[in-house]
Amino acid sequence: MAGKHRVVHYLNQFFGQIGGEEKANVGPRARPGAVGPATALEAKFDGQAEVVATVICGDGYFNENLDRAQGEVLELISGFAPDLVVVGPAFNAGRYGVACGAVAQAVMDKLGVPVVGGMYTENPGLDLYAPYGYFVRTRESVAGMRQAIENMSRLALKLLDGRDLASPGEEGYHPRGIRKNVFFERRAAARAVEMLVAKLRGQEFATEFPMPHFDRVKPAPPVDDLSRATIALVTSGGIVPRGNPDRIESSSASRYGRYSLDGVDDLTSAGYETAHGGYDPVYANADPDRVLPVDVMRELEREGVIGKVYSYFYSTVGNGTSVANARAFAQDIAEELRNNGVLAVILTST
Amino acid sequence: MVKELERAGIPTTHVCTVVPISMTVGANRIVPAVAIPHPLGNPGLDPGDERKARKELVRTALEALAMPVQGQTVLKH
Repeated sequence: MAGKHRVVHYLNQFFGQIGGEEKANVGPRARPGAVGPATALEAKFDGQAEVVATVICGDGYFNENLDRAQGEVLELISGFAPDLVVVGPAFNAGRYGVACGAVAQAVMDKLGVPVVGGMYTENPGLDLYAPYGYFVRTRESVAGMRQAIENMSRLALKLLDGRDLASPGEEGYHPRGIRKNVFFERRAAARAVEMLVAKLRGQEFATEFPMPHFDRVKPAPPVDDLSRATIALVTSGGIVPRGNPDRIESSSASRYGRYSLDGVDDLTSAGYETAHGGYDPVYANADPDRVLPVDVMRELEREGVIGKVYSYFYSTVGNGTSVANARAFAQDIAEELRNNGVLAVILTST
Repeated sequence: MVKELERAGIPTTHVCTVVPISMTVGANRIVPAVAIPHPLGNPGLDPGDERKARKELVRTALEALAMPVQGQTVLKH
């Protein structure tokens, strides 16, 4: 085996074949050799590199103990002295994306070896950690696994061989925010005029410097007097009346529900459940107030701390749901709330 | 969703466990929750204590609503 590059692959509990959401709490562990997607990756290496170990950690554990998990996973990985680390692909799974990104950050900072991964463009892990790895563009779901592994293995081999990478666009990975000086045959003025002409003609052109996009919202002014305010509850944790009457999808939700709270003092397992497919539903189903705190909001209403709990709650599933859908849901909800004199919202997420 | 509600002028507290995600999403009022599958609950406590802890969390969320904030603010409880 001498001369083969050493690769360690990081996976979550699901792809690491430990279990589903009920195992999301397992801590980091290492398995010798390749597990799950790492096997497919290794096959693509065609004998030039070997997956010496697969490190696996539950997404719940990692995200709830971010700093500690980052350190523990790094320690396991460094024990195998890798030449390169592969993470994911995480597609549009938010917690998995954050874990992959955090592992990439630790590996790059502490071990100084390159990291290759894969994520869908809306994965929050990318926003947080894009500079720390070569994350190839993937589809939203595991349906894109084959293509993702193909691209990740190609990038990994290039990096292991010390070959130069082309631009992120050409290589198919998300930009890392690094500027590189390159020589062009033609000077900047000529290229700029060409782009302008193409633009005026309605033709396609690729800018050499995309403007960064920051979408921050100025904080809304606070509520003056809570004791007179009507406050609404909203959740992306999927709490719905039992039976999920609106059939909100367990992931990639295309809709939200609005449910009456008239006469509801407490959410019980007899009346409510979660439709969310991205976390272990046991605790939420046993007592849905753990996600949507109707019981204590009613208590605070009786005590006069708040004026009123709005007579409806709104619910959707945040699991892999597109930003565009979430934005549209919230715009609808905001309009309805404003028309009904609701002054503030508590929004809970799982 | 939190960002769109705030954009509409409705102060909104985001109660969530993974604070870095809430930050990238652009929430302005953030209260860290207990755990992903039970953000406002703790099955390890007896029901009375669990409810008390939930009430404290919600109180913190309310405080955030009544508080002027300049930018993204994380309130510990």
